[in-house]
Amino acid sequence: MSHYSIFSLARNALSRHENWSEAWRNPEPRAEYDVIIIGAGGHGLGAAYYLAKEHGITNVAVLEKGYLGGGNTGRNTTIVRSNYLLEGNAHFYEHSMKLWEGLSRDINYNVMFSQRGVLNLAHTDAQIDAFQRRGNAMRLNGIDAEFLSVEEIAARVPLLDCSPQTRFPIRGGLLQPRGGTARHDAVAWGYARAADTRGVDIIQNCEVTGIDVNGGRVNGVQTTRGAIRAAKIGIAVAGHSSQVAAMAGLRLPIESHVLQAMVSEPLKPCLDTVVTSGAAHLYVSQSDKGELVYGGDLDFYNSYAQRGNMPRVEEVAAALLSLFPAFSRVRMMRTWGGVMDMTMDGSPIIGKTPIDGLYLNGGWCYGGFKATPASGFCYAHLIAKDEPHPTATEYRLDRFLRGAMIDEKGMGAQPNLH
Amino acid sequence: MIINHPLLGPRDAAEFTYLGDATLINRPDWQAEDAAGKFHEYLYLRDNPAGEHRELWFHEQGDRSWLVVTRNTLTHEITKVELARDVALAAGRDK
Ligand SMILES: Cc1cc2nc3c(=O)[nH]c(=O)nc-3n(C[C@H](O)[C@H](O)[C@H](O)COP(=O)(O)OP(=O)(O)OC[C@H]3O[C@@H](n4cnc5c(N)ncnc54)[C@H](O)[C@@H]3O)c2cc1C
Repeated sequence: MSHYSIFSLARNALSRHENWSEAWRNPEPRAEYDVIIIGAGGHGLGAAYYLAKEHGITNVAVLEKGYLGGGNTGRNTTIVRSNYLLEGNAHFYEHSMKLWEGLSRDINYNVMFSQRGVLNLAHTDAQIDAFQRRGNAMRLNGIDAEFLSVEEIAARVPLLDCSPQTRFPIRGGLLQPRGGTARHDAVAWGYARAADTRGVDIIQNCEVTGIDVNGGRVNGVQTTRGAIRAAKIGIAVAGHSSQVAAMAGLRLPIESHVLQAMVSEPLKPCLDTVVTSGAAHLYVSQSDKGELVYGGDLDFYNSYAQRGNMPRVEEVAAALLSLFPAFSRVRMMRTWGGVMDMTMDGSPIIGKTPIDGLYLNGGWCYGGFKATPASGFCYAHLIAKDEPHPTATEYRLDRFLRGAMIDEKGMGAQPNLH
Repeated sequence: MIINHPLLGPRDAAEFTYLGDATLINRPDWQAEDAAGKFHEYLYLRDNPAGEHRELWFHEQGDRSWLVVTRNTLTHEITKVELARDVALAAGRDK
């Protein structure tokens, strides 16, 4: 596999870019691997990459029912942040942020990570208190956070309606300057290429239809391309976690819900910060192509439809206009939905299952893109060493039985409210 | 999405809020020996099917009744709507 650099770019330019080698192979599945990862999203591909890079385990297959990166990795709104309050989350997401900061270089692929800042708007006294508390907790954990006044916000995001007569008057905001966005497809492609280069087989159009369990141990999977054996199997299928886990007889603390997102027609650069408002139920950023990328709440009822309903599109668009009246003439270009693995406490699961050799990575809710590097890293650690990585110990599956929930918003066991 | 309310007829889903799997009606016995395990299952574990799902909806912007809706989570087709009260009574609960 050729190294991407300014020199390879120049060399290939001379031959009109017709001689680039393929970014990854398309191998036939072998009969047996040391490790099988189910699901070629960012998390599965990242896990395969770090298994090879950090642990020297290269006899690995990543099995994907469709095409790699075609799940939530290729559907999300790409916000990256580590602005969490609770211990169980803070260190993990900051671990992820640090990996993001060196990712393009590490995997020799430009993931277009842009630290343009993530701003959470506060609209009430209670929110100001909560944000200041969260900001203080972040700073105690060595994570960057700044509380901004309305004047500072107005200067930073000039198109935002900071006047007192708006629907949700803005009172302040919590900024994480190191937060931002990245190119979602590039993350899947970059990890795929880097894992493939180290010998990992990525097998697309290969749906796992059964998990073979014998005497409390896994020993392989059934797929649409035949049976494949492995003593260690890692699930990383996001919204379909419950289905795949059920193949091994497990029930999970997860409900699947649809989250929608939408983009506008491309505009000239006008919004250089990610802006979110919990009260208005909205987040928005501007992509490098110039489109406004925005979204809001879940559709609220269990769904595997991978498409959403109209009322939610309307609500999200209305929220966007209440905060940014200047966008009222901007046309919406398209909308889409992804199936979210919503957990009972709103936090993810990276852990062993009751079945030996079977591991679970899931429950990422609407926030798993930013987690991709650390999730892959910690999952590889768990699979290689059979024990959790220090930054992911609180994500064990048994936390629901132990009563050790990580409920960032204090919502209780109601997945659609997290 | 339209929910065909057994008392009020067809109503827009926007009038309702959604709770989740209808198994939430079957609250375990808190005095049983295995209550801790049963409550873990009741509160946290879900079948989460891709297909037919029986689920609880609350008519918050209407008559405030609880309904059990049978809906397909892949197509959103609704095949049955019952009053949760009737479902609970039929299952042997006293209210
Ligand atoms: C609209 C939307 C907006 C979002 N916005 C953000 C955001 O701004 N920031 C953020 O951090 N997160 C966001 N997320 C969440 C984020 O996208 C996900 O949490 C994350 O991408 C999950 O990655 P993954 O690798 O676990 O899953 P996926 O990318 O979904 O990969 C799972 C793969 O498993 C495959 N699979 C499923 N079943 C099988 C099977 N039986 N056999 C083989 N393969 C199978 C699927 O085809 C899929 O490719 C958003 C999600 C959506 C839908």
